[in-house]
Amino acid sequence: MKYRHIKKWILLAAIILSGIVSHFSGGINSYYLQIIIFIGINITLAVGLNLINGYTGQFSLGHAGFMAIGAYVAAYLSTEHSAGLFRALGGPNFFSITLLFISVLIAGGLAAAAAGLIVGVPSLRLKGDYLAIVTLGFGEIIRVVIQNTDAVGGPRGYSGIANYTTLFWTYSVAAITIYVVVSLIDSTYGRGFLTVRDDEVASEAVGISTTRYKVTAFVLGAFFAGVAGGLYAHSTTYINPSGFDFQRSIEIVVMVILGGMGSTAGVAFAAILLTLLLEYLRFVSGYQWLPEIIRRIAANRVIIYSLVLIALMLLRPQGLFGRLPRRGIPIGGATKRAKLPALSA
Amino acid sequence: MNPLTRYIVVSFLFATAGLLALPANAQDIVVGEFASLTGSEATFGINSSNGVELAKEEINNAGGLLGGRKIKIIMEDDQSKPGQPSAAVKKLVASDRAIAILGEIASSRSLEAAPICQNAKIPMVSPGSTNPSVTEKGDYIFRVCFIDPFQGTVMAKFALDNLHKKKIAILQDVKSDYSKGLAQFFKEYFTSHGGQIVADLSYTGGGTDKDFRAQLTKIKVAQPDAIFVPGYYTEAGLIARQARSLGIKVPLLGGDGWDSPKLTEIGGSALDGCYFSTHFSVQDQNPKVQDFVKKYQAKFRTLPDGMAPLGYDAMMILGQAINTAGSTDGTKIRDALTNVKDYPGVTGNITIDEKRNAKKAAVVLEVKGSQANFVTTVPP
Repeated sequence: MKYRHIKKWILLAAIILSGIVSHFSGGINSYYLQIIIFIGINITLAVGLNLINGYTGQFSLGHAGFMAIGAYVAAYLSTEHSAGLFRALGGPNFFSITLLFISVLIAGGLAAAAAGLIVGVPSLRLKGDYLAIVTLGFGEIIRVVIQNTDAVGGPRGYSGIANYTTLFWTYSVAAITIYVVVSLIDSTYGRGFLTVRDDEVASEAVGISTTRYKVTAFVLGAFFAGVAGGLYAHSTTYINPSGFDFQRSIEIVVMVILGGMGSTAGVAFAAILLTLLLEYLRFVSGYQWLPEIIRRIAANRVIIYSLVLIALMLLRPQGLFGRLPRRGIPIGGATKRAKLPALSA
Repeated sequence: MNPLTRYIVVSFLFATAGLLALPANAQDIVVGEFASLTGSEATFGINSSNGVELAKEEINNAGGLLGGRKIKIIMEDDQSKPGQPSAAVKKLVASDRAIAILGEIASSRSLEAAPICQNAKIPMVSPGSTNPSVTEKGDYIFRVCFIDPFQGTVMAKFALDNLHKKKIAILQDVKSDYSKGLAQFFKEYFTSHGGQIVADLSYTGGGTDKDFRAQLTKIKVAQPDAIFVPGYYTEAGLIARQARSLGIKVPLLGGDGWDSPKLTEIGGSALDGCYFSTHFSVQDQNPKVQDFVKKYQAKFRTLPDGMAPLGYDAMMILGQAINTAGSTDGTKIRDALTNVKDYPGVTGNITIDEKRNAKKAAVVLEVKGSQANFVTTVPP
């Protein structure tokens, strides 16, 4: 069987599997379920950001802003505008809820994609640190605008969102995100993203429209972040603008860097690892068999989390699944290895 | 996969397996607490959890609850971040099987946790979330502090009965629900008890407005006996300075939004002789308060702030409710909590009303130099 067919079958299998697991998830401890859902959302966010930061080499620090747009648009639509749909379809039943949820998730994604287009355009003129600052500022602008919008609760946050997010939705979205990003990068068209990252001038010289690739990366990444935001809002049932500040963006960037820029498998793995690590440390301070001093230190889990990050970056600066460039060429040098990380990771 | 990655993966799998083997003493009564131990509001969380810790020790040393069962607090940090309380409280409810939840100070984080506790039918007692909407999330959600608007009533009472002021000007922050609530309740009580509002003006808070001279000039013309400024400390400090420079000599009154060391840093001597209401003062000579301050200092070697006694009262009231209920069943504890009447807490005599809010006295402080001195308590 050809490789691209295998990918399709894997995608289908992943969606069916998440549907089956989701169907039997009623008995799972609701805390574990929440964490598993957070992991799925973080995979979607990190893999989407990896398209911008990892494959296209544009350093974006505004991912939480796109997520916020998706979260608020989806939550607002499903809370305030669901009555008409329910009336038309005979009350909130399986069919009407599914239809509503899919439409609000896509609406959130599209709104975020539109915002991605707006950020993508100035990014054509900016590079590296400057672009990072612009995206950072953009993310903050989104947050402040939401904070001052009374219709969605302003600084008090938006509550009373229905709990529609299940394992099935979360992991189907994560699987689709991975499928789209991997297929895109593997395609002839998608190689353009890598050339933009590796050498912009050379890409222009061989006739690749770097502008188009950069904007495409921003729009796609923002779309997935928007959908992830919608999932998040319908999982916690309460959202607050301060949950989408630049710290949240940095968390996602850390997942991308730790996993290995430009390795979808690595980034997804890092999303799992980091989400679990922070939650797992909650338990360490409760282990009676550990010496008192270790439990005391473990109670400050944020410190341990940070130490683990520092240690991992010292031991594997290229990320867990990433690769160093060929020997003798410094990181970030002009000619990075052209081999595709996604294929072999 | 190289050796290091493999090592990380394997150690992680082992660690996850370890999750399932948590030791638990079946005899203990497990109470969950979530608080902001790190992050931007860490002082709130640390102080309130110190208060909870002190109360827990006292209950356990006195023989525990339900005939000798000890309380075990499981504490979760939410990093002062939205998104965290939902995971933390789900862990407490589902994994640790906590029979009740204590937390949070910040209203936004209590609002995130409230639906989870409500769905699980587990009572949640917030020590210090003052936004009215928190307890509206369900009949399992309680608080031991007063709600924002109540302070408006308190200051109106104080202005009439203690200061004997009859003409008041109001300068409120239109961007803040907190400020609008205080102003509205102040007005209602004040006008219905023979007072007169001579001017009602507004500004935009949150760092937007810095110059209040236009409003203050109007207030000066109206010649009030005092000015009610139910905003936050930054604006209150600036307003006081500008009022004095315009020659307005009457005192300014405010709510607990003023309660910050920054207040006098910004306002300086312009605030001398001004009053504000808050939850607690270490100078209160009530023996209950002095006793608490002594115990707190002995254990934590520092003076308690307003959040510590609220945490203490929350734990104490919950302990009493568990004993009254005679069981660790969430619904029974909830019923016991709704019946709490005149509980003699450190922050005043607490009665839980039909909206699950605490009815109790507020403390009024007078600003003098860089300090806020205790003046009186105002009962509800």
